[in-house]
Amino acid sequence: MKRLLTALAASLIAASPAAAQPVAITGGKLVIGDGSAPIDNGVVIVDDGRVVAAGNVAIPQGAIIVDASGKWVTPGIVAGYSRIGLAEVDGGSGPTDVSAGNSPHSAAIDVAWGVNPSAEPIRVSRADGVTRALVAPGGTNSIFAGQGAVIDTGMDYDPVTRAGAFQYVYMGQGGAQLAGGSRSAAALQLIDALTQARDGRPSTDRPEEGALTDADIRALRPVVRGEVPMLVAVERASDIVNLIRIKRQFPRIDMVLLGAGEGWLVADQIAAAGISVIAEPTANRPASFDQLAATQSNIGRLRAAGVDVGVALISDFVNRNARNGRQLAGNLVALQKVPGHTGVSWDQAFAMISSVPADMMGLGGEIGSLRSGRRADVVIWNGDPLELMSVPERVWIDGVEQDLTTRASRLAERYREIGEGQFPEAYDR
Amino acid sequence: MRLTITALVGISLTACMGGGGDVASASDADADKEEAVAVDRDPFPSTYVPRFSEPTLIMNATVFDGVGGRIDGGAVYMVDGKIAMVGNAASMSLPAGINTIDGSGLYVTPGIIDVHSHLGNYPSPGVPAVSDGNEATSPNTAEVWTEHSVWPQDPGFSRALANGGITALQILPGSANLFGGRSVTLKNVPGRTVMDMKFPGAPYGLKMACGENPKRVYGNRGRSPATRMGNIAVTREQWIAAKAYDEQWDKYEEEGGKMPSRDLTKDTLRGVLDGDILVHNHCYRADEMAIMLKLADEFGYKVTSFQHAVEAYKIPDLLAEAGTCSAMWADWYGFKLESYDGIRENVAYVHNGGACAIVHSDDADGIQRLNQEAAKALAAGRRQGIEISDAEAWQWLSANPAKSLGIFDQTGSLESGKNADVVLWNGDPYSVYTRPQMVWVDGALMYDANDPNRRPVSDFELGQPGEGDVK
Repeated sequence: MKRLLTALAASLIAASPAAAQPVAITGGKLVIGDGSAPIDNGVVIVDDGRVVAAGNVAIPQGAIIVDASGKWVTPGIVAGYSRIGLAEVDGGSGPTDVSAGNSPHSAAIDVAWGVNPSAEPIRVSRADGVTRALVAPGGTNSIFAGQGAVIDTGMDYDPVTRAGAFQYVYMGQGGAQLAGGSRSAAALQLIDALTQARDGRPSTDRPEEGALTDADIRALRPVVRGEVPMLVAVERASDIVNLIRIKRQFPRIDMVLLGAGEGWLVADQIAAAGISVIAEPTANRPASFDQLAATQSNIGRLRAAGVDVGVALISDFVNRNARNGRQLAGNLVALQKVPGHTGVSWDQAFAMISSVPADMMGLGGEIGSLRSGRRADVVIWNGDPLELMSVPERVWIDGVEQDLTTRASRLAERYREIGEGQFPEAYDR
Repeated sequence: MRLTITALVGISLTACMGGGGDVASASDADADKEEAVAVDRDPFPSTYVPRFSEPTLIMNATVFDGVGGRIDGGAVYMVDGKIAMVGNAASMSLPAGINTIDGSGLYVTPGIIDVHSHLGNYPSPGVPAVSDGNEATSPNTAEVWTEHSVWPQDPGFSRALANGGITALQILPGSANLFGGRSVTLKNVPGRTVMDMKFPGAPYGLKMACGENPKRVYGNRGRSPATRMGNIAVTREQWIAAKAYDEQWDKYEEEGGKMPSRDLTKDTLRGVLDGDILVHNHCYRADEMAIMLKLADEFGYKVTSFQHAVEAYKIPDLLAEAGTCSAMWADWYGFKLESYDGIRENVAYVHNGGACAIVHSDDADGIQRLNQEAAKALAAGRRQGIEISDAEAWQWLSANPAKSLGIFDQTGSLESGKNADVVLWNGDPYSVYTRPQMVWVDGALMYDANDPNRRPVSDFELGQPGEGDVK
């Protein structure tokens, strides 16, 4: 209990003057997050919630000094795909806000309304250095799952960085099932909806079942104009090629592939089409017939072909384990030592969980790196942030220092010693 | 007319049990009584054969022996599929002129053993046609043996070998039922049949489950169990019936007479009561684990391990006293309410409390990185001031799993005479940047990162996109 209070007090003390005068985080191994190499003994200057400067820069007079000697200093992790905040617990524990399979709407559904910033998965993510996250809706009865949000994980009730940040679409086998049973039906639904959105008028032959509402079509207008990215879940190489064909019909669409397990087979075509990818580094099994060629070298090969790739946990635990994105990124670095594999450098791997997903959302000017002008999402780690044994020691979001306490950390404190007190554990707070 | 009872109640996997038709000789006194017939307890025996092994010496490596020891500048000598010598290279007299690997900068450990896998019974691709893990048709399906579901062509086996350094693994049936069926322990080598993979001499396990899964599956069908109290009631009823069956058969085996009817379900429970079959109990919550320990006391069996023991950290004293292992994830939590209190300190707390701690996967991806999961658990413990050395923590991955599967006399540590189930890592095995470089099973080199020919390609993958690629 004493420990907790001390931690809270420290954070309050550090947080309040931060708004009033600049803070300089000094002496650490500084990672900018844009793919550049770490800078030894780097400095980050934060003022009024923004990064003023970072690198080998001078410390302004009167700045509060935070000594990070022996530590690593990085931008906060940006989870490239998640559903944190939409469910406290999954199965068997009551309704969640993940999916809306019974709604008449689809593309128009805006996930931002469902994000609960005090949900444990958000607190746990924050405590592990995740300061921003793409939050995707879990799906409807259409290939259009709805509008995703970019959120922060801060300890206030204002989590949404950008609502309507992207439209989430299921293609491949999943989309085929949602559209009526075949890929052909899914492609037709996608093309028809985009056509209606582009032309600004509803289709005249809309069937009753599975029809898109006017709100859905309106939600797709900025997508077809390229103002809002379209995140498409897809794995099979042939499906990716088909999406490239569809993009030729709607050339302004800003398409981001999610998964793309067989992307490496058509990496050159993805690169030529200007499409980017968010992928899971460890996906290496034929988990479905869409992923027969899955290999951990997928991301390295895509990148070698010139595709922008972000890294995220995709296949499981997306409701809560955004914190493990950095472990996955580390695994990409490991491949450099395995003959035959194509990995990525440490610098690239870190960018894949920071600036790259931010850039894909058009938010690279705001979040994802410590370049000057960005929101001051900063983490001090006790070691290499991609390493398994490292943890954040201090976290700032928008320049405000965050509480890193979680239910789990409270439980760990409570059960560190058992049966010692005069009263049962329930009195130990 | 005493049948050879010792053979019947001993470890059941001795291949000499015969076909079940042998009749013991009658004693003179009971010549009119029918003689007891031995039932074959091992109708699907292991046909595993260790592959070719070349005498191999690894020199100058950092060695974790799997039972807490660390040797810097260590040597491991494998010959005839066994560990021949382990020690400090400088102080050993080592053979010359044999296959020698310079392990400078590398680490050697016992092979990792995953005590909770569904490779083969929930294989890749994850389609209904090969989804064979849960016989969810009755709360007690102890009659099913999961080895009859395991598809040896699951590509997941080779992934676990190449990326995870997994040399043995227990395949469990799923947790839909209070009694899910028998588990099987496999060597992680490709086989044409599941028998080709069965770990010789490994006892069977019985998968039991408590908590949300069985009550949900049967409650949704409007039948018992529909609550946690129903779980316990039905479990106790089944044990009462099994005890009666056990006594009936004990009597028959002692005295002969009319053979009782065979009941495959109760055969498995009888094996537990006789101590031949080990109970692996899917159970998350501390309060439920405590109840299951009492239930085991009531019927005279032992819970060998709790699987998914998310709240084991709340009762390390009870677990230590019962001699029950906890198989745990490093950081899974919150995916259902009974996992809500998961903490990353769990493994370290259980270990620190003197109980047997195991890191398990229950996951076709997680099984490829159990070393990484152990690292997270170890770090969490250290942050709470629990000092466990790297070498000591390796017990969570090899020795303790082997003990809980009843195969520690054969594998799970780098000690002379044990099976040469060995991993050479290309760096610190607790680093995210490290992968297996070579993996031996019974001294046979089954994976070599530098040799594309030592990378198994399952039948399923032949002729498919990506065949033979690095995975």
